[in-house]
Amino acid sequence: MAIKETMTVNMGPQHPSTHGVLQLILELDGETVVKAVPHVGFLHRGVEKLTEYRSYHKALPLTDRLDYLAPMSNNLGYVLAVEKLLGITDAIPQRAKVIRVMMAEVTRIKSHLVWLATHALDIGAMTVFLYCFREREMIMDLYEKISGARMTSNYFRVGGLSLDLPAGFEQDVKAFIDSMPGHIETYEGLLSGNAIWKRRTIGVGHISAADAIDIGLTGPALRCSGVDWDLRRDNPYSGYEEYDFKVITREKGDTYDRYTARLDEMRESCKIIQQCLDRLEDGPILADVPWVCLPPKKDVLNSIEALIHQFKIVTEGFKPEPGEIYQGIEAPKGELGYYMISDGSANPYRMKVRPPSFVNLQALPQMIEGALLADVIATIGTLDIVLGEIDR
Amino acid sequence: MPEMLSLSNDPILFIAVMLTKILSVFIVVVLIVAYATYAERKIIGRMQTRLGPTMTGPLGLLQPIADGLKLFFKEDIIPSQASKVAFVLAPMMILVPAFITVGVIPFGGDIVIRGYTVPLQIADLNVGILYIIAMAGLGVYGIVLAGWSSNNKYSLIGGVRAAAQVISYELAAGLSIVAVFMLAETLSLRGIVEAQSGSILNWYVFSQPLAFCLFFITSIAEINRTPFDLPEAETELVSGFCTEYSSMKYALFFMAEYANMVVIAALISTLFLGGPAGPFPGVINILIKVFGFMFIFIWMRATFPRVRYDQLMFMGWKVFLPLALLNIVITGVVIIL
Repeated sequence: MAIKETMTVNMGPQHPSTHGVLQLILELDGETVVKAVPHVGFLHRGVEKLTEYRSYHKALPLTDRLDYLAPMSNNLGYVLAVEKLLGITDAIPQRAKVIRVMMAEVTRIKSHLVWLATHALDIGAMTVFLYCFREREMIMDLYEKISGARMTSNYFRVGGLSLDLPAGFEQDVKAFIDSMPGHIETYEGLLSGNAIWKRRTIGVGHISAADAIDIGLTGPALRCSGVDWDLRRDNPYSGYEEYDFKVITREKGDTYDRYTARLDEMRESCKIIQQCLDRLEDGPILADVPWVCLPPKKDVLNSIEALIHQFKIVTEGFKPEPGEIYQGIEAPKGELGYYMISDGSANPYRMKVRPPSFVNLQALPQMIEGALLADVIATIGTLDIVLGEIDR
Repeated sequence: MPEMLSLSNDPILFIAVMLTKILSVFIVVVLIVAYATYAERKIIGRMQTRLGPTMTGPLGLLQPIADGLKLFFKEDIIPSQASKVAFVLAPMMILVPAFITVGVIPFGGDIVIRGYTVPLQIADLNVGILYIIAMAGLGVYGIVLAGWSSNNKYSLIGGVRAAAQVISYELAAGLSIVAVFMLAETLSLRGIVEAQSGSILNWYVFSQPLAFCLFFITSIAEINRTPFDLPEAETELVSGFCTEYSSMKYALFFMAEYANMVVIAALISTLFLGGPAGPFPGVINILIKVFGFMFIFIWMRATFPRVRYDQLMFMGWKVFLPLALLNIVITGVVIIL
């Protein structure tokens, strides 16, 4: 009887392509993966618990640090959840909604750029990595202009936005979305037709629609298995129902499909951003809900009521009615959900984040068992996980 | 044509000329190796919207020297569980074969010194090609030993990959140049260069295009360059067989990689592009060809993703090997007819 000896390789948490501090315990038979067990938790910072000790406004910066590649999407999910809890969803001004959608789509492109960059680098195409980061730099500049920070933006506020758009920002966004389709074609030119790229991605990391639904996959990973599900269209928020965009789906559910689908999603995002620019009208950026939103600075300096409001909101925060809500949004990586419970105090009683990466990571063992070592890397890349969000 | 200079007719001149040739070839190769790293970083940098080194010296030209010095002063770590003798031996076993292969490559036509003909080639072995294939085969021992002796799983996988890869691709590479010496009717590289002399159309790249392509691709696989850089696939195996190496030992691996590039570029130029033949003096011609191939190697690295292990094996055994055999058959038939 032949004795099969396997080798256990401890891949990570220090490894160049586990996208952070993911640890994979791999049982290898030669180059074939027999068993894969992902271990998470190396980046745990207790974000959910920390919010219980902060008022709703002050918990917002923590959400930047969940999926640090798409901070504005996290902000959006959080502010929408708190607004739902407060029951002020309808009071959000139109301009704030449009800017939120615009920045959420810019963020989607930003997240997908990092995904493509690292995915291509993992498979060995180094040049695409640098091209993607060149374009990401343009988004970083947009972020910096709008919020002052390149990564941890903290731009949205419960009730609206922290600041209005800086002068000339529309032109910068316009220049960016005009250049982006050309850049996407460059990436496609380097990868799509490349025989090696195709061989490395077609049929690799396959997952069927039934399995994807069972595991709870969301985002591009689900849509590429043939399930037509996108919260932006199927459960719209922040006015997404008013925009005209295609939900990109694929049938085969392999790495190549997920690659082409995400490129198409970037193109769709550009279209949504264009529609946002067209709809952008002057108006207030904060809801007229004085017990939640900070009064304008000018009023604070001139009126005693505004000063008292400012003081109360900053020192005490606001107190939603006791209750619990769930708000899910279509983040770049899948469904990002916030489940919030209020006990009537100024701090959340509990905030549970449903991070897309954490759920999507569950599909990894199934996708790579029986595959080769090199496919492990390709599959981690195609799932587009970020550990800040998985470990929270 | 005057008499060939040899040890019997003028021993002192012979030894002096020989030492000069060896020294100059060695220095030139070392310089090319050093500046190939610079060129690679500059060229890939430009292709990837970066600048490459700019700070060390004018245009960053002193960068290879700075790198060498830095690596020289780094702590030389030998893992406590490593097999020490093999661990120390491995980098040398990679570098030495890479350098001594240059010995049989002709780098110019004949010159006349004090009434004797002196060939611009260190040694004209009558089994030149076999010698080169043998040395290429030796190089892989270094990689396997490095992978095995490091006592690191990534290194081990890298070493095993290297062994399988080099053995498979050596077959196809060796068979693809069989067609060349069927035409040249000699194994000596000098003989092959002479057989291609006369006109540019005599270059074997025109009469043996398939062999040229096969040898070019399989050579890249043999020297572990992108897209066949699986043994050191950094995104899978951290750094493959040289994961545990540091300091000068790592530098030796690094130099060996570029030395192999130089050798392969020189070899392809010799076998298929007429070696030193061309419009300029011989040495310049061959340098132009070598640099041209090195540029292509670097360009490929900036362009291609990495193939997967099973696909690499598939291509080696089921595509390149049959094609090489087919090429031999076709060449044979054409020669007989």
